[in-house]
Amino acid sequence: MTTEQDYGQLLTLTFSTPMPYEWSIGKYGSLFFKEIREHQRFVGIRCPQCGKVYVPPRRLCAPCFEELYDLVTLPNLGTIMAFSVVNYPFPDPATGEQRPIPYTYGYIKIEGADNIFSHVIDETNVDKIAVGMKVAAVFKDRQEMQGNIQDIRHFKIVRGTHV
Amino acid sequence: MSRRVAIVGTGQTDHRSHRPDVNGREMIYEAVKRALADCESSIQDIDAVVIGNMDHFESINYVDTWSVEGSGAVMKPIMKVTTGGTTGTSVAIAAYYHVASGLFDRVLAIGWEKNSESDTTAAIITCSDPIWDRFSYSGAIPSLATEASAYMKQYGATQEDAARVAVRDRTHALNNPHAHLRKPITVEDVMASPMLAYPIKLLDVCPRTDGAAAVVFAADGIAQQIAPKPAWIKACAVRHTYTWFGDVDYTAGLVSLQEASREAYQQAGIGNPADDIDVAELYLPYSYAGLKWIEDLGFCRRGEGPTFIKEGHTDMGGKIPVNPSGGVISTNCIGATALLRVAEAALQVMGRAGQRQVPDVEVALATGFGGCFWSDVVILGAARP
Repeated sequence: MTTEQDYGQLLTLTFSTPMPYEWSIGKYGSLFFKEIREHQRFVGIRCPQCGKVYVPPRRLCAPCFEELYDLVTLPNLGTIMAFSVVNYPFPDPATGEQRPIPYTYGYIKIEGADNIFSHVIDETNVDKIAVGMKVAAVFKDRQEMQGNIQDIRHFKIVRGTHV
Repeated sequence: MSRRVAIVGTGQTDHRSHRPDVNGREMIYEAVKRALADCESSIQDIDAVVIGNMDHFESINYVDTWSVEGSGAVMKPIMKVTTGGTTGTSVAIAAYYHVASGLFDRVLAIGWEKNSESDTTAAIITCSDPIWDRFSYSGAIPSLATEASAYMKQYGATQEDAARVAVRDRTHALNNPHAHLRKPITVEDVMASPMLAYPIKLLDVCPRTDGAAAVVFAADGIAQQIAPKPAWIKACAVRHTYTWFGDVDYTAGLVSLQEASREAYQQAGIGNPADDIDVAELYLPYSYAGLKWIEDLGFCRRGEGPTFIKEGHTDMGGKIPVNPSGGVISTNCIGATALLRVAEAALQVMGRAGQRQVPDVEVALATGFGGCFWSDVVILGAARP
């Protein structure tokens, strides 16, 4: 926040209240979270036209512009396709507070899926994490689950299986 | 069949990290005034306006109406176009469409941003899917860092290779009186700068800037009366792909840029980009992009970006000078940034680039990048198509 003293006669007006929103997840996403809660497993969906499997499941395959129906269960195992260790502070627009840093942001290809799942990986030492390593999801305790992406606490590197 | 269109004037503010002396619409006015002066026109000559910024960055949804005082668009047809980082080139291409359609003769394109008015990272995060991506997504830098980590793994490029790109752009900015950052840096400086998100360090990445740009597009027949050497639009292409970050294939390169440039090169009759293009203003928001995306543009083969840079082909005096303006790494007022690429490419063709002029420019390339790895390509030429 700047004060009058910073700019002489030039003032600023500050605003820092996040506005509330309530987004509809839809049938497909809701099913994904139900499977996480009931069975701690991933569910994807296959496009009948191009054969691509998407996780989380969604109503449409964008390039084909086709509606999707074929649900597929997927194992709790994935490969790190890309990652970054975030090391600078910023306010989280979801909470209005600084997000805790450092944390590792990763793109994970779940076995059997063709797209990438974004989440966090519980390793922040760049010497101990590499593209190609295998990871598995660690879930929250069932009673803590709220039906959102954070029901997956993080992904953990499965050591000894580096490709 | 569309009619021929040329750029006849450009204007931009003197870009700074903070402009507390102006509000957004006043800053827009500065760029518009300069663009009109550049082509000796008045606002009465303008038939339509296209304007863009990242509207959630200043939290004003109706920027097209809110800014009419500064854009000069009172009681004129005006459209807001905002497409993330590609906003500036999308604005330029939309202005081109207005004139090419035959419906308007002189159209003003405006891009602007007061980055100082919000936390840029928090604002960018709101572009991500709130249910699936927003929890882990942390703004532009880490998603670019993820692309860099995949590229380094695939081709063995190093942090020093990328640093050379930042050094080049920051060196070029010394010739640009409008640029935000005008102090030279070395590879050692880049390597010593703080690590923001591995492998991107502070000096690998663009700044946050308050600034605006305006470009005047005119129709064939009219353009020649306004400018002695108009910059003709030879080709443009737009490729906006996925909205989910997880739908990007990190091993395929920047697919949207490959496709957009391929289409634009075909329209413009370009066979070998590094030979046929005289200067390129590329939207490179961080150093690693300068290695990878020139491969996607066909300047060199896959994996050869670092060597192409190291051999000096993209320096002033090189085979294909890149970013004589200093590029995005020297100035980044996001809604204006891609429009600045078009404006700077136009200045090169028009022979008005002053100290940053590349000699004898016949063909110039401008690109826009943004959102979830989307791309726009614009090719300008000195010869009427």
